[in-house]
Amino acid sequence: MTIFVFDRTLDGLLTAVFDAYSRRSFPDILQGEGCPLPLFYDEVHTVITDDSKAGRVWKALQKKLSPEALTSLAVSYLSELPELDIHLFRYVCKAIDSPASIECNFADEDVLFVVNTFRKVRYERLRMMQFIRFQKAADGTYFGIMEPIYNVLPLAIEHFRDRFSDQPFLIYDKRRHYGYYYDGQELTHVTLDESLPHFVTGKLDEALLDKDEKLFQDLWRTYFKAICIRERLNPRKQKKDMPVRYWKYLTEKQG
Amino acid sequence: MTEETLNKLRILTESAKYDVSCSSSGTVRANRGQGVGNTVGGVGICHSFADDGRCISLLKVMLTNYCIYDCAYCINRTSNDIPRATLSVSELVELTMEFYRRNYIEGLFLSSGVVRNPDYTMERLVRVVKDLRTIHRFNGYIHLKSIPGASRELVSEAGLYADRMSVNIEIPNENSLKLLAPEKNFQSVYEPMKFIQQGVLENKEERRHLRHVPRFVPAGQSTQMIVGATPDRDRDILRLSSALYARPTMRRVYYSGYIHVNTYDKRLPILKQPPLVRENRLYQADWLLRFYQFKVDEIVNDTHPDLDLEIDPKLAWALRHPEQFPVDINKADYEMILRVPGIGVKSATLIVNSRRFGRVTSFHLKKMGVVMKKAKYFITCGELLSPSVNELHPENVRRLLVPKPKRNIDERQLTLDFGST
Repeated sequence: MTIFVFDRTLDGLLTAVFDAYSRRSFPDILQGEGCPLPLFYDEVHTVITDDSKAGRVWKALQKKLSPEALTSLAVSYLSELPELDIHLFRYVCKAIDSPASIECNFADEDVLFVVNTFRKVRYERLRMMQFIRFQKAADGTYFGIMEPIYNVLPLAIEHFRDRFSDQPFLIYDKRRHYGYYYDGQELTHVTLDESLPHFVTGKLDEALLDKDEKLFQDLWRTYFKAICIRERLNPRKQKKDMPVRYWKYLTEKQG
Repeated sequence: MTEETLNKLRILTESAKYDVSCSSSGTVRANRGQGVGNTVGGVGICHSFADDGRCISLLKVMLTNYCIYDCAYCINRTSNDIPRATLSVSELVELTMEFYRRNYIEGLFLSSGVVRNPDYTMERLVRVVKDLRTIHRFNGYIHLKSIPGASRELVSEAGLYADRMSVNIEIPNENSLKLLAPEKNFQSVYEPMKFIQQGVLENKEERRHLRHVPRFVPAGQSTQMIVGATPDRDRDILRLSSALYARPTMRRVYYSGYIHVNTYDKRLPILKQPPLVRENRLYQADWLLRFYQFKVDEIVNDTHPDLDLEIDPKLAWALRHPEQFPVDINKADYEMILRVPGIGVKSATLIVNSRRFGRVTSFHLKKMGVVMKKAKYFITCGELLSPSVNELHPENVRRLLVPKPKRNIDERQLTLDFGST
């Protein structure tokens, strides 16, 4: 059994593909650095990420796959799921080996897994666009915080920049400890001190709030209650479409 | 913006909530730094889900819930003693902008009770959306109700600012409509619909010559029908929907299970519960019309005027037509695969793509997300699955697929039928 150890980046994975072809040995297990190795194995190869090797593999893929398939490949990697690695690795190898594009062969286990993961990541991106709630701070910055299950902030940020192009905002991914700050002109990647109370609770302190913020939150909660038709109560559907894991930061579900 | 606004918002939301339409789909418009907001197209964005499970995408309010009409099914009818309120244009505009900036909503869904006359009301609605678009440079989604009986000029002006417009039919049969809403008739509903349609078509022609002509109601129009308030059959409702979808700009027909709001009115049936299952079946049938290439007569016809409440309309069709099955997954057309119960648009696309590379087997189908529990009676894929619908007979398949009642009814127990009416 051959094990490849890599740094769990997309470039690392592509370098692993390059190494596999140049060593003529393909891994049975692909795992990140620091994961415990299984009890029995034949050899371990540590992949050293190399941009030029990764670039060569990517170029080879560009000849074999459509731009949409390449996007889905890259986007699926943002899921950060450990079980995706080996599927993606085999997908890339199959794409390189096959004379024609395999991207539509959904009967293939690896292709289907990558496509399904891609779908899940896209859906989580939509969830971020749905469930981010901004609170207006006294200095005019809109503050939003979330814990998406996949790393979708880079996919969604362009949507927010376009939509709210005239208001400064901060969107923070608490699970991955980074965010984007937009000052009305430029986007900046930021990492902030998370011990502050509003990062713990997700709620800005009253002293920091804009003077009308409380009123609009109340208005929104009033609206949320009033729009419900009591004869049709359906908490199961509500939880299906708006899973409870997002409720922590939803204005209408707080207070 | 004060406490009073809070009260007004509550009253006007309570009045507007029986309108089911809430989608923010159908138009893609980037912001490009010209104002606030964009629209994303696709399926739109739902920002929240209320306790009744319905999505909240747009701020759905009425400008006012005063109304001169006395429609029997409506909560806002003039003879009802409910709290009434009117939002000022500036209040409504500020609410929309501030909610939008906090990512609470995708845009505005504005309707109104009829005050004085249809034109007066429509003019005020147009003023709100005009303010939003021109003064506040609001670039998000706007859904505007067209008031039945409003003049052509006002509808044409509204169409320049709104993304989608709608006129509700409410009752699928003109005689019932006249009985329940004496001030309305089909003419007053279809007239504004026709204005919108003509506006869109003219605009399309104009844009062919001049690319920078602003778009007119780019997301088309929608309408709504109340289900269960009149004795109309599903056949009548779906035939009307199908005829509406044949028109060039009709994008969505919504179905609203009748909720017994005006309990005192003897013209309306007494329902303990809104007909939720029937409403759900109608939506399923609607999907068959729009995405599954079904004809309305295949779903409901004179021998089967109502949808089966126990099984979905696609399964019901398949059980009525066992001669069409089993379908060979590896050979049949996309259209036929789409008709198999348990296979949807997504899995049908995956199937026809994959089978070019090799045989698709039941193992693959399961992985692709086909509901094999249903599909297995209707397909072959070169292996022994289970007896087909023809071998088992449709009525037996039906028995296997009808959901079992949750509680076991003790058959030894004598039940007395007191009559349900």
